[in-house]
Amino acid sequence: MSEFGFLDFNLVPLLPEVFLALSAMGFLLIGVSFGDEARRVIPWYALLALLMTGVLVSQVSFDDAIVLGGMFKADAYSGFVKLLIIGGVMATLGLSMRYLEQEHIDQMEFYVLVLLASVGMMFMVSAVNLLSLYMALELQSLSLYVLAAFNRQSPRAAEAGVKYFALGGLASGMMLFGISLIYGFTGSLDFGTLTASMMVMQPVPFAVIFGLVFLLAGLAFKLSAAPFHMWTPDVYEGAPTAVTALFAMVPKLAALALLMRILFEPFAYLVPQWEQIIIFLAVMSMIVGAFGAIAQSNIKRLIAYSSIGHIGYALIGVAAASEGGINAVLLHMLIYMAMTAGTFAVIMAMRRGGRSVERIDDLAGLSRSQPILAYALGILMFSMAGVPPFAGFFGKLMIFQAAIGAELYALAIFGVVASVVAAYYYLRIVKVMFFDEAVLMLDLNVLSGPQRFILACSVAFVLFFILSPSAFIDSTQLAAAALFPGR
Amino acid sequence: MMIIGINHYLTLAALLFTIGMFGIFLNRKNMIVILMCIELMLLAVNINFVTFSVYLGDLAGQVFSMFVLTVAAAEAAIGLAILVVFFRNKNSIAVEDIAAMKG
Repeated sequence: MSEFGFLDFNLVPLLPEVFLALSAMGFLLIGVSFGDEARRVIPWYALLALLMTGVLVSQVSFDDAIVLGGMFKADAYSGFVKLLIIGGVMATLGLSMRYLEQEHIDQMEFYVLVLLASVGMMFMVSAVNLLSLYMALELQSLSLYVLAAFNRQSPRAAEAGVKYFALGGLASGMMLFGISLIYGFTGSLDFGTLTASMMVMQPVPFAVIFGLVFLLAGLAFKLSAAPFHMWTPDVYEGAPTAVTALFAMVPKLAALALLMRILFEPFAYLVPQWEQIIIFLAVMSMIVGAFGAIAQSNIKRLIAYSSIGHIGYALIGVAAASEGGINAVLLHMLIYMAMTAGTFAVIMAMRRGGRSVERIDDLAGLSRSQPILAYALGILMFSMAGVPPFAGFFGKLMIFQAAIGAELYALAIFGVVASVVAAYYYLRIVKVMFFDEAVLMLDLNVLSGPQRFILACSVAFVLFFILSPSAFIDSTQLAAAALFPGR
Repeated sequence: MMIIGINHYLTLAALLFTIGMFGIFLNRKNMIVILMCIELMLLAVNINFVTFSVYLGDLAGQVFSMFVLTVAAAEAAIGLAILVVFFRNKNSIAVEDIAAMKG
């Protein structure tokens, strides 16, 4: 590196992020200048910009380039996760367009905020310095706070925004306190230097472990891992469904990818210390996810608990602390994202008299009025419950295999038990759709073309994953291997 | 004469941080207080960063604290904006009114 770090200014690995950030700002200018006319075109521009970014991400060579003076690393791991993030955001936008029109909140700011949040998430997975990590996380969080309260006419959305903001602020404060302790007792913010000093300092000072605990607590908030999950059901219920779909699919993946990078790069020598914390979070999340959802009557709240449970399974893979574990986590999150996209398409189809309804009982009789939707949601629910031969089964299988490989037998057994309990509420939805009599019918033909397309893709993925699982497992394997160089 | 050393600064920061954190949980009155508590936590962390930066002779900590200040400003702006939306809907910013959704 040159004497002045900032002269070492290679922006090529940053191209996707820079492009997306500039497009978001450009759309803001277009939206402000042209007002209502822009409303119709900006969603498509946003999709196009995301597609371009995806192309750029896949074209940037992953030669582990570290740029911006050690702030940003483009490797195969971050590349894979970024493609997933972009895919998830595109699916969300496809789901959102019609929904926002129906709810009369189709303002162009929605797309700008979603794009800015995606930039934040893409920086998160590439961050190799505690400073860039914090800034990326805040860019993502601040955009998401606004999105949660995006429906300004709705008291529930406003309440969701306030809750998300207050608890999110607390979480980033805790994370920051942890970062300051780690910085103070190791003398560096850079992941590479941190790794080196952890290797030398044995035993590691207690304050560093203390800092790591704070950092993990802050990240667990963003992941909505129990016992830091209390915002999740309320925010999922209150936020507009389009935003809930985004929350369920993408930010957790980014936070999980960030968590894995932190744990396996700078803190790779502290596995015995952090493993206990991750196991605790995993067990708590599985308990909350399995038992919390049973009493719910709102389908968005149910999905919230289901996502807490799925984060619990993913954390089992993290606790395995192996390449196979990371591979399993990435595959699990990929499958979870695909299933969630389809589920939200069905939730958006739940409207009666032009108004959106969210109770599980509203699905009653769906198998007679709209059999295609009912079968689609049925397949997705079986997959979420982990019933073979659907995709959801394979994600869980790989995770439990990784746990057994790491000799975490009790955790693996616990995971199986939790997923059996969770199957109860997934199957309850199926029962309501197929066996309960409808009091009032849901509106017919609510879904737009893009929403149908996403639902079809999601169901097709879940059904046909078994035919060639290796197509996906190969790429997750490549990504996971990038986190374990030479080990 | 007592010399003020790094321990004193760190203790001060930890105390302020704890006050901020407890303020969020124990405050039962006003949402503005929660905003102030978040701000207090961030500023406590800044004291930590600057102390460590001086102690280690490394500038990164001070740079970090500048970034934290920037983010804190953005966070306050967004927090107040969300609060205004909440107030328009409910005509109140009392913490006890933020309880329409439960379970």
